Amino acid sequence: MDQPALAPANEAELAQAVAAATGPLRIVGGDTRGVGRPVAGQPLSTARLSGIRLYEPGALTLVAGAGTPLAEVEAALAAESQRLPFEPMDHRALLGSHGQPTLGGMVAANASGPARMVRGACRDSLIGVRFVDGSGRVVSNGGRVMKNVTGYDLVKLMAGSWGTLGVLTEVAFKLLPCPETVAVLRREGLDDATAIRALTEALGTPFEVTGAAHLQRGEGGAPVTMIRIEGFADSVAYRARQLQAALAEFGTFDLDTDPARVEAAWVHVCDVRGFADVPGDVWHLSTVPGDAPGLVARVPGAQAQYDWGGGRVWLLVPDGTDIRPLLVGMCGHATLIRASADTRAAIRSFQPEAPGVAALSDGLRARFDPRGILNPGLMA
Amino acid sequence: MEMPKPSDLVIAGKEELVAQLRAVLPGDAVIDDLAETRAYECDGLAAYTCPPMAVVLPRTTDEVAAVLRICHAANVPVVPRGAGTSLAGGALPTADCVVLGVARLNDILETDLPNRFIRVQAGLTNLAVTQSVEDDGFFYAPDPSSQLACAIAGNIAMNSGGAHCLKYGVTTNNLLGVTMVLMTGEVVELGGPFCDAPGLDLLGLVCGSEGQLGVVTEATLRILPKPEGARPVLLGFDSAEVAGACVADIIKAGILPVAIEFMDRPCIIACEAFTGAGYPDCAALLIVEVEGADAEIDHQLGLIKQIAGRHNPVEMRESKSSAESAAIWLGRKSAFGAMGQMGDYICLDGTIPVSELPYVLKRIGEMAQEYGLGVANVFHAGDGNMHPLILYDANKPGDLALAEGLGADILKLCVEVGGCLTGEHGVGIEKRDLMSTQFAPDDLEAQMLVKDAFDPKWLLNPAKVFPLASSAARRGAAA
Ligand SMILES: Cc1cc2nc3c(=O)[nH]c(=O)nc-3n(C[C@H](O)[C@H](O)[C@H](O)COP(=O)(O)OP(=O)(O)OC[C@H]3O[C@@H](n4cnc5c(N)ncnc54)[C@H](O)[C@@H]3O)c2cc1C
Repeated sequence: MDQPALAPANEAELAQAVAAATGPLRIVGGDTRGVGRPVAGQPLSTARLSGIRLYEPGALTLVAGAGTPLAEVEAALAAESQRLPFEPMDHRALLGSHGQPTLGGMVAANASGPARMVRGACRDSLIGVRFVDGSGRVVSNGGRVMKNVTGYDLVKLMAGSWGTLGVLTEVAFKLLPCPETVAVLRREGLDDATAIRALTEALGTPFEVTGAAHLQRGEGGAPVTMIRIEGFADSVAYRARQLQAALAEFGTFDLDTDPARVEAAWVHVCDVRGFADVPGDVWHLSTVPGDAPGLVARVPGAQAQYDWGGGRVWLLVPDGTDIRPLLVGMCGHATLIRASADTRAAIRSFQPEAPGVAALSDGLRARFDPRGILNPGLMA
Repeated sequence: MEMPKPSDLVIAGKEELVAQLRAVLPGDAVIDDLAETRAYECDGLAAYTCPPMAVVLPRTTDEVAAVLRICHAANVPVVPRGAGTSLAGGALPTADCVVLGVARLNDILETDLPNRFIRVQAGLTNLAVTQSVEDDGFFYAPDPSSQLACAIAGNIAMNSGGAHCLKYGVTTNNLLGVTMVLMTGEVVELGGPFCDAPGLDLLGLVCGSEGQLGVVTEATLRILPKPEGARPVLLGFDSAEVAGACVADIIKAGILPVAIEFMDRPCIIACEAFTGAGYPDCAALLIVEVEGADAEIDHQLGLIKQIAGRHNPVEMRESKSSAESAAIWLGRKSAFGAMGQMGDYICLDGTIPVSELPYVLKRIGEMAQEYGLGVANVFHAGDGNMHPLILYDANKPGDLALAEGLGADILKLCVEVGGCLTGEHGVGIEKRDLMSTQFAPDDLEAQMLVKDAFDPKWLLNPAKVFPLASSAARRGAAA
């Protein structure tokens, strides 16, 4: 039943393959992010569009083929003490997938981690794309400079479009230096509402919090609330003291500066490890932080991990639960991230859009992919 | 500047149109008298003028929708306008258009400090947003130098930047949602007070679309807690190359200043003469500002001075107080005014990879000599966004065309070295016909497909952004 995978060696070949396609294509990067309505189609792999094409540490910019493994890029950046600003989420643990996440897949998913709250999402650091649209047309937009308002911003449009508008062939990012020190302030035992109030308090201070999470069940089983600060060592120590004082009404937040533990704690949050290997479907809510605990309370039997100070909620629910009817009227949206293929075929993974907005999106799809062959239906 | 021939049919229908507009708007919100429409004949690119057929100044989203429905039905082009400070001619009217000014949509609708957002009507000025939350310790990060005058609507349309965008990003990175009216009069909500709306990122597409996809009437903006403090250090060098190398070293060292501003000798001299800021007489000057608590600022400025010290600076002046900071910024903040004193100028806005700074500055100097025109450079060095100011004499026949020729050559150079035509001012009419030096026909086609999807009749701000020849067929078909 499975057709052989297409694996074009370069952008021109990829454009030909798309132009010549007679049926739906399933665009594959590392195949680690199986989100959305399952797509039936001939696999089209970007694996061979791989390699860093330009990396200028002094200009904080990197350009690479869309099939480049994220690990390769992260290693190159680490060697210069730099990083991708948005802390890309690795979906493998949560989804139980295997393989190597690629830059193209990360961009298509707009995959962003705890730092998104302050440093922006993947789409905010993405400064250039090349892609092949559904007609086989090669399109370049943006470039390799950080400030660029020349023409429409198709860079943003491509990020988070899950391969439904075009097949990415090359992506460019702006980068950030790695901080000298990262620390976490930790407090166990807070209930959701109190924890979100504490995080809100912290995020309203000038002390540059770069992570603000609350896990109903931390690694030790008890609820844990975590605040991250980064920078020069003295400054981190100073800001930690200031934050501890500002949060005194919530009890003592303990400071941890052990690099390995701090790193592990945020990887745990970023990749939603707490829900890996635990049965159940996983939903993602994006909302107003203050609304988050109330929304969670509306879903019986759910377990929650809050990130972005409450603006992001990961919800673990029993298999096959459609939570949208429970959240009617919410400010924000709910996306189904992990569920069986049957559930993803039955429940819309992406929150339905208002009719006017849906019409615009449909209009764009009809123009960028007139034959409807790129990951058809994935976002439907 | 070539503009499409105005439609005789539309102009012939003016009286009927104005009557229809008067029926849906308050009396003072429709202007059709030539003496008064002249106030809207240009924006910040004042070399080009054209009074519109009429101007409307609605106060609500519903009124905007009513205006657009009427214009849509009558095939009348609409040019959205904020405060008219565009430097690219983005708000330049056509003789057959209705200018839709949003200046009266200037209410603050909701301020939510705990959730760190503010919702405003789009005609509110940029500075008014920050002013409304600063007593509570918050600010709105994008801060174009025109912030006293320019509107959030214009900022969104141009995806405007500011001095602090190295750390905080530009408008698109701080915009959470908009209410927008499509050309048909239909109202859509994109995004909201949360991150990353589901589905396609239409919000990201609208930001920077120069008023061609819809009229933005409301915006939800991210606000941030104000840093404890900020202070700059002023660094003088005897060559632009060395200053450029110093910038790269600062960035590589892992310091992230909120601003790195660069001025070259002509600009330094002009600013010094204008403000007496006490700038050293040198080839290149950097102002590097960092934020945080006092000790943290000291630490970072110390590191920066260490790095700069390796590049033999002719001057290093670290601010120790807000008065000293103000003195350091005084010249830079007056740069445009200072240049204005010296004559007429065109302000370019190309961006280049920072590694190309020395080469590009050298080439600009050579090209200016060939043209026999003066050029001063002042720009955001951390992100490579240059602002070469080309001096000319508006009263001298041919001088503007000469300056524009040099400008075009400089922008082509920016593209050649891997950069772009505009980093924050937008394309407008000014750079419209240069777009094909940066984009292949298919690249432009993809962008025009977006315009087709949002405004199939090509009535919103139709003669901007795309080379007239590229968009002719579409504009013609729609007319
Ligand atoms: C002295 C000076 C300094 C400047 N400094 C900077 C700077 O530091 N950084 C920077 O980025 N820019 C700068 N600018 C350029 C300019 O101020 C910005 O582009 C600004 O965002 C324009 O805002 P405005 O309200 O004046 O818009 P306008 O000039 O009125 O319009 C600009 C564009 O927005 C569109 N538009 C307006 N309202 C709407 C709406 N409601 N819906 C859809 N589209 C709309 C118009 O059609 C036009 O294309 C400067 C300009 C001047 C004169």
